Amino acid sequence: MSTLRLDPLSAIFRHAVLLITGALILIPFVWMVSLSIKPPGEIFRASFSFWPEQFYGIENYTKALTEVPLSQYMLNGVFVCAMIVVLQILVCAPAAYALAKLDFPGKNLLFALVLIALLLPHEVLALPLFILGYQLGILNTYAALIFPYVVSPFGIFLFRQFFKTIPDDVIHAARLDGLSELSIVWKIMVPMALPAIIAFGIFSVVSHWNSLFWPLIAVRDQALMPPPLGIMAFKNEEAGNDYGPLMAAATLVVAPLIIAFLSAQRWFVEGLTGGAVK
Amino acid sequence: MSTASFTAPKRAGSNTAGTRKALRNHRIAEAFAAWSLACPAFILLVVLFFLPVFAVFAIALTDWQFGASSLSFVGFANFKEVFADEGFRASFVNTILYVAIVVPGTILLGLAIALLIEAGRSFRAFYRAIHFLPFMATLTAMAIAWEALLHPTIGLVNQTLVGLGLPTANWLRDENTVLPVLAVIGIWQNLGYAMVLFLAGLKSIPQDLYDAADIDGADLWLDRLRTVTLPMLGPVTMFVFIVVALKAFETFDTVQILTQGGPGHASETLLFTLYRESFQYLRTGYGASVAVVFLFIVVALTLIQARVMDKRVHYQ
Amino acid sequence: MAEISIRSIRKSFGATSVLKDVSLEIADGEFLTLLGPSGCGKSTLLRILAGLEVQTGGSLAIGDHVVDGVRPKRRDVAMVFQSYALYPHMTVAQNMALPLRMRRLSSWQRLPVVGRFLLGTTAVGAEIEKDVMRTAKALGIGHLLARKPGQLSGGQRQRVAVGRAMVRQPAVFLMDEPLSNLDAKLRVQMRAEIKELHQRLGVTFVYVTHDQSEAMTMSDRVAVMLDGELLQVAPPQEIYADPDDLRVAEFIGSPKINILEATLRSDGLADAAGTSFTIAAGLAPGSTLSLGIRPEAFHLVDASKDNVLTGSVRLVEHMGSDLYVHFDVPGADHPLVARLLAERAPHIDPGQTLHLGVKPERLLLFAVDGRRLRPDGNTKAKVLQIKERV
Repeated sequence: MSTLRLDPLSAIFRHAVLLITGALILIPFVWMVSLSIKPPGEIFRASFSFWPEQFYGIENYTKALTEVPLSQYMLNGVFVCAMIVVLQILVCAPAAYALAKLDFPGKNLLFALVLIALLLPHEVLALPLFILGYQLGILNTYAALIFPYVVSPFGIFLFRQFFKTIPDDVIHAARLDGLSELSIVWKIMVPMALPAIIAFGIFSVVSHWNSLFWPLIAVRDQALMPPPLGIMAFKNEEAGNDYGPLMAAATLVVAPLIIAFLSAQRWFVEGLTGGAVK
Repeated sequence: MSTASFTAPKRAGSNTAGTRKALRNHRIAEAFAAWSLACPAFILLVVLFFLPVFAVFAIALTDWQFGASSLSFVGFANFKEVFADEGFRASFVNTILYVAIVVPGTILLGLAIALLIEAGRSFRAFYRAIHFLPFMATLTAMAIAWEALLHPTIGLVNQTLVGLGLPTANWLRDENTVLPVLAVIGIWQNLGYAMVLFLAGLKSIPQDLYDAADIDGADLWLDRLRTVTLPMLGPVTMFVFIVVALKAFETFDTVQILTQGGPGHASETLLFTLYRESFQYLRTGYGASVAVVFLFIVVALTLIQARVMDKRVHYQ
Repeated sequence: MAEISIRSIRKSFGATSVLKDVSLEIADGEFLTLLGPSGCGKSTLLRILAGLEVQTGGSLAIGDHVVDGVRPKRRDVAMVFQSYALYPHMTVAQNMALPLRMRRLSSWQRLPVVGRFLLGTTAVGAEIEKDVMRTAKALGIGHLLARKPGQLSGGQRQRVAVGRAMVRQPAVFLMDEPLSNLDAKLRVQMRAEIKELHQRLGVTFVYVTHDQSEAMTMSDRVAVMLDGELLQVAPPQEIYADPDDLRVAEFIGSPKINILEATLRSDGLADAAGTSFTIAAGLAPGSTLSLGIRPEAFHLVDASKDNVLTGSVRLVEHMGSDLYVHFDVPGADHPLVARLLAERAPHIDPGQTLHLGVKPERLLLFAVDGRRLRPDGNTKAKVLQIKERV
């Protein structure tokens, strides 16, 4: 839309509407935080107020952190997401480079496989992957959480797009300088495609940090649970009695990504919609 | 391994055999390098995507049970069972209804908010951040917050309704309201995503077109919308449609956390059915059949998107 | 009548001042070009004329009406954009019909399905079709009406953009560098076509470009702009031969005019580059000024004397009918360029010493601040004299 003329009346209208929708959108967050600092008595007494009469935040949050291994869940999340991203980049970047810049028999077949794999949602593959995990004896380990995602067709696709825009001459120069193909991938292609790599990284971390379906299937031990699964376990135990600590736990789980997002908005938006609009 | 990719020009009568050999060696070297680089990805794609896909089809067509050592081919028996099952039919219909509510709702709200944000210059990043937050927040955790909001007695929603003198309901436990309510949560979560995609689309509309429209006389907001904005957003809208539809089809977290498919089958969705049949009841044949149905829907949607994107690209 | 009156227009974007007090009167039916390098404010001025930008200060009138703050669609102007700005999702016919539909149909009549059933819509629609067809045929694009812009070549798109502007029969035609996206050959052809169009329509044209040859060949008058200021408005020949300002003299003319720093001696002579020139500047002795010499003003002489520059040749460019000789003179930090007729010039080698003379009346004198110094106000006469000679 043209931003040339916005008369005062329209400007007020715009702000009014956006503030209303924004407020409505934020209600679940606000309510969650509000309940997380209220004592049980106040929670179960219907009231509109955000701020509690008796500040119970410390108790709730302490309970959340001690009754459940919340910090363990968070660490699990960090570890699993980090491993997934690193492995994904390690596997996808070289393949993307080969597809983008090299010529070889079976190239079209390989790319077709990537495109088809893009179509397949993981949930459909869950059962065989579960069986595979069982056969390999890695169920209920960190490996179980990581292995299905080690190759990302989306990653290969995205990197390939980006690598294609890097001029061939740079690669020729590198070869003349004596670099091996593998070195070219890591010393030239990845650094030059860093925005795409970061965007993909964010996309991967966000979707795996928030995922429930596969962890639910793959692990049973509390010590291995990533945050969503851990929250679910906490909720099931509490059976709706201890809302305060439950809300506190939920707040703690949601907070890291939100804070990361607010500090680097541009990157997150790019990452999550990046390949999309092109 | 150096693969210099220039070859000396061939001159008539020169050492053609030697050149040909060099060219062939060069090509072999390049193929070798490429396959070495792509090998891990290739193997993993086969093992983690293609073999499982075949396995799903295979399981769906046999009577194999988890833990059994033998199986036999049963044709479409599993599918017949699945489609005859009242629970599955309910789940299928629910999912379609859910998608039918979430997709238009998300697109309309996302588009409206994007248009409003882009219409003025102030506080764009701020408004964008707020509306995008739900998409970033771990849905499992936020579902719990929603449960608190929707609590029949102490939840904010019912408190507000009581305060306004309007009727209330037990939103998550009433079979008439549970699915729409889950759909509202779905819209809440996804509209930020749609909004961001629309914002990118709006930014890519050249200012020149708006100027030309001004001069041509289409300068009221409705005219500009019809003449420039909406037509130029055509491809983006199609894309958003498919992407949101896919996400809606894959809804699982809210059902698992809030309703477990209940009351009865009122809020059961396809993916939840798949999970429960495959992993809780261990009815593998059933579960695999659901997986196949699910796969067809997803593939169909994605292919439609690819086809429509190809056709309706507006040339600049 | 569509004369345009621009009075003291100022435009700033925040702290940056893009247009500084520009005043200009454009006659009805005139072809006026705004000429200047990028960033000089010419496009901004055009957009203010169109109503796409609002000026920070000053007033604008089209015809008899003051149009400050009036929306573009009410100004009876049409514009051809540099990028053509054709609606990509509409056919050529729909693109050209849109301005007419906006003006002749009410919002109700324009509704997608329902509008067609309202009274009068079909009749008006048929008229619009006729007008579009007529204009399209006049521009030679009648056979393209069903195509979309994406299926047209650059030149065809340009004609559609012109057609969309023409079809409304506006009082003023605004053109923002419409030829810059075309290849050289097409550009020359379109120049002539636009000029013909102007003659045929008789409407006021305001044309923006950075290309001097376009400005010189097409315009009735050229308005030279630099850094948001209007330096001079005059017919092309006058801009060339009789510039008001050093910057105008340097901008117009290819190769660029030669400029020498000169100091006035007490006896009506000025010293520059090792020679004395006879001038009548009306300044105090000892003052500095700049001498401007067009490359074609030089002629070869045998020996050094007053009004003759002596220098060593650096480079000779053979352009077929002309020779461009680049030569160094004492005291000048870059070489001067002289244009000589090839058939009258002898063989010239780099390194050779040359004597090039200038007739005093062909010297352009500029004060230190860039102002043109005209001897005794004999401006018009000088131009006539040069015309006679050539």
